[in-house]
Amino acid sequence: MISLRGKVALVGAADSQVGIVPGLDANELCADAILLSLSDAGIDKDQVDGLITCNSMSKPMLYHAEAMAEYLQIFPRYCFAAGAGGGTTFSILHHAASAIVTGMADIIVIAMADCLRSGLSREQSLLAQSSTGHPQFEQPYGPTVPAYYALIAQAHMAKFGTLPEHFAEIAVACRAHAVKNKNAQMRDPITVEDVLNSRMIADPLHLLDCSLVSDGGAAIVMTSAERAVDFPHPPVYLLGVGEGHNHEHISQAKSLTTSAALESSKQAYAMAGLGPKDMQFAQLYDCFTPTVLLELEDLGFCKKGEGGPFISSVGIGPDGSLPVNTHGGLLSHCHPGNPGSMFALTESIWQLRHSAGKRQVINAHVGLLHAQGGIMSSHTTLILGRDAS
Amino acid sequence: MSRIQPQVSGLSSEFFDGCNEGVLRLQHCKSCRAIQFYPRVFCKVCSGRNLDWVNASGKGNVASFTVVRKALTEGYKVPYIVALIDLKEGPRMMSNIVNCESELVTVGVGVRVVFSAWSDTLSLPVFELSNER
Repeated sequence: MISLRGKVALVGAADSQVGIVPGLDANELCADAILLSLSDAGIDKDQVDGLITCNSMSKPMLYHAEAMAEYLQIFPRYCFAAGAGGGTTFSILHHAASAIVTGMADIIVIAMADCLRSGLSREQSLLAQSSTGHPQFEQPYGPTVPAYYALIAQAHMAKFGTLPEHFAEIAVACRAHAVKNKNAQMRDPITVEDVLNSRMIADPLHLLDCSLVSDGGAAIVMTSAERAVDFPHPPVYLLGVGEGHNHEHISQAKSLTTSAALESSKQAYAMAGLGPKDMQFAQLYDCFTPTVLLELEDLGFCKKGEGGPFISSVGIGPDGSLPVNTHGGLLSHCHPGNPGSMFALTESIWQLRHSAGKRQVINAHVGLLHAQGGIMSSHTTLILGRDAS
Repeated sequence: MSRIQPQVSGLSSEFFDGCNEGVLRLQHCKSCRAIQFYPRVFCKVCSGRNLDWVNASGKGNVASFTVVRKALTEGYKVPYIVALIDLKEGPRMMSNIVNCESELVTVGVGVRVVFSAWSDTLSLPVFELSNER
């Protein structure tokens, strides 16, 4: 297998306005993010020869990437839309890196946007997302998306003695990061008590254990490491990547408490030649607080079952030893559905460029990013760095 | 507003017919004797294609559960319990736990199947607490 280590770099990154953004539909937000990312990369749209997108729920197009290329009047030689839920962003990035290395394209844009807040009713948004359940053998029983993740949380609590307070600490840490991010949707500090006193949605998950419902989009520009040095910003290199795909429906998962993040991270660490202790920050998929706890364990930051005590002792907020979700994450920055991890990606690019302002992690040279889609189903781990070697 | 209805078709009709008759049926591999759920065109253990159906005991244990406080649609009345049930025969299935106070449900507790009308023509398996572990 050809190693992708240090072969490609991210040279452009941009978020659209996020949060509640009425007036632009998902495809317009996507186009906006693409144009902003090209401007950040200092290139013209005609230089883009690869485009990868993910369809939206609020304004779906049958052939989404083709429709976006047409909208922008770009005529790529490499063009497709993919969908693996919240795991789509990093999984696509893996494909894009391979495409650059094999010469399928020289400059690839990855872009996604959706308007779950303004483009769908509350009920439509709930139903669209919960359709991840098996149509014959799960959905009839009325599981909501929080309910699916509550099943994972409850199993972890029963097996390892994890407490609702541990989950709450994750929400508090993400909010503390968001307080420093003027673009975040939710910026008022919260406490563990606030989380535990918020409305119960699906036991043990309270309202503040659940991610936001947002509008927003983001785009990045990727090219080869050789070309990357000619762009205006310092390149951010892909050092490691790995995937693991275990199931789609939670009732078919091999384990409720260990995920395929175990497999995806092993591959990523091996490619990068790095381990969890080398990371100055981590951006971990946080659609609900328990996912972060499981990911910390499966990604090797602590032992299985010790996620709760790890969070309490090490700290994952801005002052913690391992800052997690430095932009505020899906819990406090924004969560427009499938594009969610795009914001963890753009944030990581800014952290590694050392341009993250008030949120800057001191001496950030290497960071780990992890996303999962479905119900802890499709996992991709990325390791990004300031240096190619 | 009604609850979400499963589409009965092909392979799954044997399962749903059983539900209407008050029997929980699971697919059984005639080659390796594995029992599986949901129904597939092959045995997920040995990849054999020679499958039939067996009647399950209807007994199991709760692998995990949640009390849903905000309903999926107006068809569901809160609070309701969504659970993963480990059947005595091995397979795990999602279902509801009914006819009990949610405080009595714990991971590991014993349950037994009952059938609940989802429409005029279809019943689905749900579970009650049993006194067995």
